[in-house]
Amino acid sequence: MDIQDTTRTYETPEGVTLEFRVAGPVPRALALAFDTAIRFGIYYVSAIVLTTLGALGFSLFLIWMFLLEWFYPVFFEVVWNGATPGKKALGLKVVNDNGTPVGWGSSTIRNLLRAADFFPLFYGFGLTAMLLNRDFKRLGDMAAGTLVIYRPKSGQTLNIPATPPVPPPLPLSLTEQRAILDFAERGQWLSTERSEELATILQPITGAEGNNGMQLLYGYANHLHGTEAPSTDGDKQ
Amino acid sequence: MKQFTFEQKYGELWQQLDEILRELEKFRGDQRDPELLRRFNQHYRQVCSHYALARTRHYSPRLIANLHDLVLRGHHHLYTDKRMLLWKLVRFVFHDFPVTLRQDIGLFWLATALLYVPAVTLGLICYWYPDMIYSLMDYGNVSQFESMYDPENHRLGEHRGSETDLVMFGFYISNNIGVGFRTFAGGILAGVGTLFFLIFNGLHMGGIAGYLTQFGNGQPFWSFVSGHGSFELTAICICGMAGLRLGIALIATGRYRRLDALKIAARPALTLVMGAALMLVVAAFIEAFWSSLGTIPPTVKYYVAAMLWIIVISYLGLAGRRFGHQ
Repeated sequence: MDIQDTTRTYETPEGVTLEFRVAGPVPRALALAFDTAIRFGIYYVSAIVLTTLGALGFSLFLIWMFLLEWFYPVFFEVVWNGATPGKKALGLKVVNDNGTPVGWGSSTIRNLLRAADFFPLFYGFGLTAMLLNRDFKRLGDMAAGTLVIYRPKSGQTLNIPATPPVPPPLPLSLTEQRAILDFAERGQWLSTERSEELATILQPITGAEGNNGMQLLYGYANHLHGTEAPSTDGDKQ
Repeated sequence: MKQFTFEQKYGELWQQLDEILRELEKFRGDQRDPELLRRFNQHYRQVCSHYALARTRHYSPRLIANLHDLVLRGHHHLYTDKRMLLWKLVRFVFHDFPVTLRQDIGLFWLATALLYVPAVTLGLICYWYPDMIYSLMDYGNVSQFESMYDPENHRLGEHRGSETDLVMFGFYISNNIGVGFRTFAGGILAGVGTLFFLIFNGLHMGGIAGYLTQFGNGQPFWSFVSGHGSFELTAICICGMAGLRLGIALIATGRYRRLDALKIAARPALTLVMGAALMLVVAAFIEAFWSSLGTIPPTVKYYVAAMLWIIVISYLGLAGRRFGHQ
């Protein structure tokens, strides 16, 4: 049913299927570029601040640089909901294979192994691994059992435009019903011309085109929203 | 059931679960209201079944997405380990790390051999044929080492006053732990990277040791390295062992798929690397503040070094035993 082949599903012990979309090398590379720039910025500022403290400052600076180099991503991935600032900017998120947020162990493994991914020439091995793996995992992801996914948009409050409910002229399958509900919900984001254009496709069923067709479809959607599912699937309530 | 009725009936429950989740998400302490947890468990299971129903009945995508989000957040809270960090640290140092080490003790000896055999070999070679050192490093490096360990020096190792000890501490931390991490990371390339690091470092160390000993800098050199050597060398061996664990998992996968074998091996390997990193912090401390003191007579240093070796060996060999085997 899903056309995108970057969707991954996982079934939880409660029998619920979770879905997410994995991200490829390009957004990840951009996120990395962002993060590197941010890290350099932090180095620069830290250097200025810490050189004022003489030898102690320099020592702290070395330790701080070490920690930033290896653990900057770990900190953000665990504390900031799976995303470093660079990843957040690109809308990415690091999760475990089963969709749950990463813990310290997984994040540390994937980031320590960054040293291996970096070879031979600026993420050569990492990129190769990502391209050969169907989940776009680099070596660190493989060992840690993590994925980089697109952050799921949550809390959508799209509502169907309120029009008087109209029963559809013929019985619709569940997929077809969902398509109409989807159309109505997304109506706010589509331009009016586009909605009308889509509604015209169903002219053989609705018997109307353009704006009339669109309103009729919204009517079907309202009806479906409060309609009992057909008994063909056998799970009535 | 009509979707509209469905939403009417359970909407409040979903709202409550959202509030509970917000409460769980922000509170970072260990003390949680048991009533909150009880309500969470109840609500979570119900919302899971609502989500499954919504999917089966093909309700609108918006509803399914919202319920999906609740389930995902709840799943996280139910399945993460939230025990206190301090307790985990203590348990790690005194139990997890040494036990994990002993479980793969064969690999440890292998890594040790890979480090020491090249070291001793090249050490002896450079002792008898000093010119062999130049096959490893150039003249500039060699003379740098010679001056570092000149018996005339007041302080050994790099020329420095006591305040640069601090700087060297920072340097040792960033440099040595970095080397340790890279030794480990190399293991994922079928262990080749780790092999390379171990052998290379072994040759390097052994060559310098042998050369300096015959050159006459033996006393300063050995009294310098003996102190932190116990912690540092053992830690490098452990990092190598962790890397080899990864590499071997890719090759000898047992009954698992290669990827799964790797994932399974990565956990103990991480424990080993982190333990080794802690040991390297200790080594950096010793190296920066003790090893370079030129005022301490060498015999004292050797005694201290022997003590440190005994500490390392007994820690790794005995710690965690009374809890029994996992």
